[in-house]
Formats: sequence, C-alpha cells, structure tokens
Amino acid sequence: MIAAIEPTSTWYLILAALLFCVGMVGVMVRRNPLVMFMCVELMLNAVNLSFVALAKDLGDIKGQTIVFFVMVVAAAEVVVGLGIIVAILRRKPQATADDMAELKG
Amino acid sequence: MIAETLTGPPISWFDLSPLLILLGAALVLLVAASLTPRWPRGLYAAFSATAAGATMVMGFVLWDDVTDQGARTLVGDAITLDAFSMFATIAIAVTVLLASLVTDDYLRREQMDGPEVYALYLTAAIGGITMAMANDLIVLFLGLEVLSISFYVLAASHRRRIESQEAGIKYFVLGGFSSAFFLYGIALIYGGTGHTRYDEIVGAVNGIVPTERKDALVLAGVALLLVGLAFKVSAVPFHFWTPDVYQGAPTPVTAFMASAGKIGAFAAMLRVLTQALPNWRDDWRPVVWVIAVATLVIGSILAVVQTNVKRMLAYSSISHAGFILVGVEAAGHAAGEADPGRGVSASLLYLLLYAVLVLGTFAIVTVVGRTGDSQTDLAAFRGLGRTRPALALAMTVLLLAQAGVPLTSGFVAKFGVIEAAVDERSYAIAIIAMLASVIAAFLYLRIMISMWITDAEAGDDAREAVRVSLSSGIAIVLAVGFTLLVGVAPGWIVSAAENATTIARSALP
Repeated sequence: MIAAIEPTSTWYLILAALLFCVGMVGVMVRRNPLVMFMCVELMLNAVNLSFVALAKDLGDIKGQTIVFFVMVVAAAEVVVGLGIIVAILRRKPQATADDMAELKG
Repeated sequence: MIAETLTGPPISWFDLSPLLILLGAALVLLVAASLTPRWPRGLYAAFSATAAGATMVMGFVLWDDVTDQGARTLVGDAITLDAFSMFATIAIAVTVLLASLVTDDYLRREQMDGPEVYALYLTAAIGGITMAMANDLIVLFLGLEVLSISFYVLAASHRRRIESQEAGIKYFVLGGFSSAFFLYGIALIYGGTGHTRYDEIVGAVNGIVPTERKDALVLAGVALLLVGLAFKVSAVPFHFWTPDVYQGAPTPVTAFMASAGKIGAFAAMLRVLTQALPNWRDDWRPVVWVIAVATLVIGSILAVVQTNVKRMLAYSSISHAGFILVGVEAAGHAAGEADPGRGVSASLLYLLLYAVLVLGTFAIVTVVGRTGDSQTDLAAFRGLGRTRPALALAMTVLLLAQAGVPLTSGFVAKFGVIEAAVDERSYAIAIIAMLASVIAAFLYLRIMISMWITDAEAGDDAREAVRVSLSSGIAIVLAVGFTLLVGVAPGWIVSAAENATTIARSALP
C-alpha cells in the first residue's frame, strides 16, 4: 500500500518553472509567429502559477490578486499581437520568423 | 452573512494630474476623432503637443509642491510623488511634445494622417511615467506593459511598409518574452520577501534574518528582473532586437521609442535597484558593471560597420545605454545610504539630454528619409551640406553632441556619468567608457563626412528634394538650441537633476 503523497506548494513551483522553460525553449526554437506567441503566453501563465503557489506558501492574498492583473495584461497583449500577426500574414501567407528578413545588417 | 463594504484607498486626484491629463487627452483624441470628420491639418499633432505641454506644466507645479511639502506616496502607497518622478515626467512630456511635432509632417507625407499615432504616444507616455513613479513591482509591471504594448503598435503602424510590420512583430515577440522574465523576477522576489512594495521589501529584509532558501529566491528574482529591464533599455546581450526595430519602425516612432522608452525603463531601473533592492547591492552591482562594459564596447564597435543611418543610430543608442549604465553602477555603490552619491542624478540628467538629442537627430533622419521613409542609407545624406546647409549644420551639431564634444549637452551628460563613476572609485569602467566614446565618435564622423565631404554622384540631383516643414523645423531648432544652451551653460540643469535625487532619497522610510 503506497501512502498518498500530499502535493506541497514546492511541487507547483517546480511545475511552474518547468512550464516557463517549455515556453522559453518554444520561443527560441519554433518559427511560426503564432506558436512563438503562444509560448510567450505559456511563460506568463507559468508565472501566474508560481504567484498562486507562493501566495499559498506565504499565507498572503496579494499573490493571488496579482494574477488578475497579469491576466488583464496578457489579454491586452493577445489583442495587439494577433492584430499584428494577422496584418503580416495577410501580406505574406505562411510567413515564418525566418522569412522576415527585410531587416538585416 | 455580514456584507462588508470595500473601501478603496484615498486618491489625491490633483497629485495624479500629469497622468490624468495624458489619459484624458488620449481618450478625447481617439473618441472625438472617430466621431468627427477629419480634423484640419496639424490639429491632431497640436492637440497632443498641448497635452504634453500641460503635463509638463503640472510636472513643474508638483515638483514645486514636493519641494515645499516633501515627497509622498499616492493611491495606497502604490506610486511615489517626488522630484525624481517629476523629473522623469517632464522629460517624457518633452519627448511627446517634440515627437508630435515631427510626426505631423511625416504622417501627411506618407498619407496616413490620423489620431491613432498621437493617442499611442500619449498612452506610452502614461506607461513611462507610471514606471518612473511606481512604488510597487506590480505597478511597475503594469507601466512597463502599457509602454511596451503602445510601442508594439507604433512600430507596426506604417501600413504599407512590410518592414514596419516586421519590426512590430519582432518587437512584440521579443518584448513579450522579456516581460515574462521580468514578471518571473517579480514572482520570485515576492516569494522571497512576501512583499512587492519597494519600502516593504527593504523593511522585510531589515526586520528579519532571511533564511537561505528565501535569499536564493530573491537573488534569482533580481537576476530575472535585471534581464527584463536590460532588454527594455537595449543593453548587451539583450540588444539584438534594437537595430531591426529601430530600422523598420516609422522614423518619428523610432525617435520616440529611443527617447521615452529609455527614460521610462532607466528611471524604473534606478528606482528599483536603489530603493527596493539596496540590501543586495553587492550582488547586482557587478552584474550591472559587466552589462555596462559589454554594452559600451559592443554598441560602439558594431555601430561603426553599419551602412544604414537608422541602424547606426540604433547601435549608438545601445552605446548610450552603456553610458547610462555606468551611472547606474555608480549609484549602486551608495544605494540605500543617506548620501546617494552622484550616480542617480548623473543618470537622470543623461536621460533627459540624450532624449532631446536623439529626437533632434531622428527628426532630421525623418525629413531626409523623403516620401516612403526609404532613404535612410548613408548615401541619402550625400551632398546634404551642399543642398541644405542649415539642415546639415543642425545634424552636425547633434552628432557632435552625441559624440560628447565639449560645449554641447552630450559632453555634460557623459562628463556627469564618468565623474560619478570616478567619485565611487570605479576607475576601470570610467576608462572603458571614455575609450568607447572615442570609438563611437568614428560613427558620427562617418555621417558628417557623407554630408559635407563625399562627392556627389550621378543621379543625386534626380532624387526628391528634402523638404523641411514648419513643425519639423521647430522641433529641430528646439533640439539644437537646447543642446547648445545646456552645453554652454549646464549649471542650472545639473543642479535640477541633483535636486531631483536628494528629494527622492528623503522619501525613503
């Protein structure tokens, strides 16, 4: 019989760090602007998870309220980012980050 | 169940007036302009310049007020009203004013006249001022995002140039990437200290002995915070976006990003490092030292090999960021002490002087860019001394000032940060800064040679003539006049900057 392991907030912090790394690597290796953008969102949400875990750890409500601010900011970023991505994909369908080489020097 | 009424913090609206004026103007501009037919020419720019002027006036009024009554925190201690934040407010208002003047001409030349760009200038200014005033890491994050999101749209705002949209998306992805690091830094500092307010972070450390784990969390947080800020100020090794974005974005927008963006990010960096994290100053100062040296050297050297003037000026702005970091490093020696040293005031002064310089320089690049904003190669400046001698002379003054030649504001700025470094016995970094400014001078000479000495080539006369409109002319004259005035008589502005930091220190608990 295996005793049920009680997850502690450290587990969630490690999970958040892993998610953050997944997002970070994704931005660096993926070339589709939309996927890169999703990876940035993953990084922000990984930080949200750490905020909640840390707030639980500290017994402090502030960390959980911060999450709402971050969610609003992320939503604003989505609006702007998708606008720019749509504008660029309309002119260059199937564009990847490597195709964007008008600016070089 | 007991219904509790939620009481918000008391808000002193008058003290917030610089932010409220900008917010109101941005909303009026967007709403009124979309409900009314096209405004007469120049009115959008005049409106935004007036709002910037009103913000500046309120900045001076409030500066006077905090000099009399002392610094205070507003909105539940979320933001600080002190001379430091008012100095940054005035500097950012100056950038909005000059950028609006330059943009007016540009937008009509490119046939995209409209209120959107001005409204975004105003919102970006709100973000920058919030960053400078913030007394809480989350408020700082919100300010940073308001500034950055406005910049993403501004960079992509030229609808017909694919380069502009490319700049927008590159800035957007990399900016979001760096914001995530910044936010993770905040989370770890929160985890380590249990607070996000600057004074509470200091209090938490002084009050209790930090355990080992907590200290590790805070140190990792400080590192991530520095990554995010270094990205925003385009310090090496987080500078790779700068040349592409500066080149691709519409030129007046580049001018605004280079000036207002740097003021906001550096003001935030100074405040966070010296007011929230003075207890870790021996940990972050060596990091700032390394970043500063790398930025100075790499920015200056890479600038020399460019052929596009906008890219050259992008690398030049990187090397200027290195100089300001020299001031930040000097501020690090005395962070948290009663006597703040010269570092903070020298960096603040550098920011204001550099903002005016870079706006003037990019204003000239805008008018030389001609229709389509495409003539930004070094060749476009060929023969400018022959065809438009006054314009070439103005450019020469501004470039000499950027190189740090005496009798210009650039000299006052560079002298200030190097003096601050020497004061704190950081001799090595002072010497590296002086060498880097010699290397960077070569870059400015190349543009001057192209304007005055290079022979005309066949086809030069067939190029579209360079036209300088009244509003761009006023902006250039103001920038050149300010550069020379400060160069000849620097005393008043140096003491204003010093005044701005002494009061900022007294705000500390």
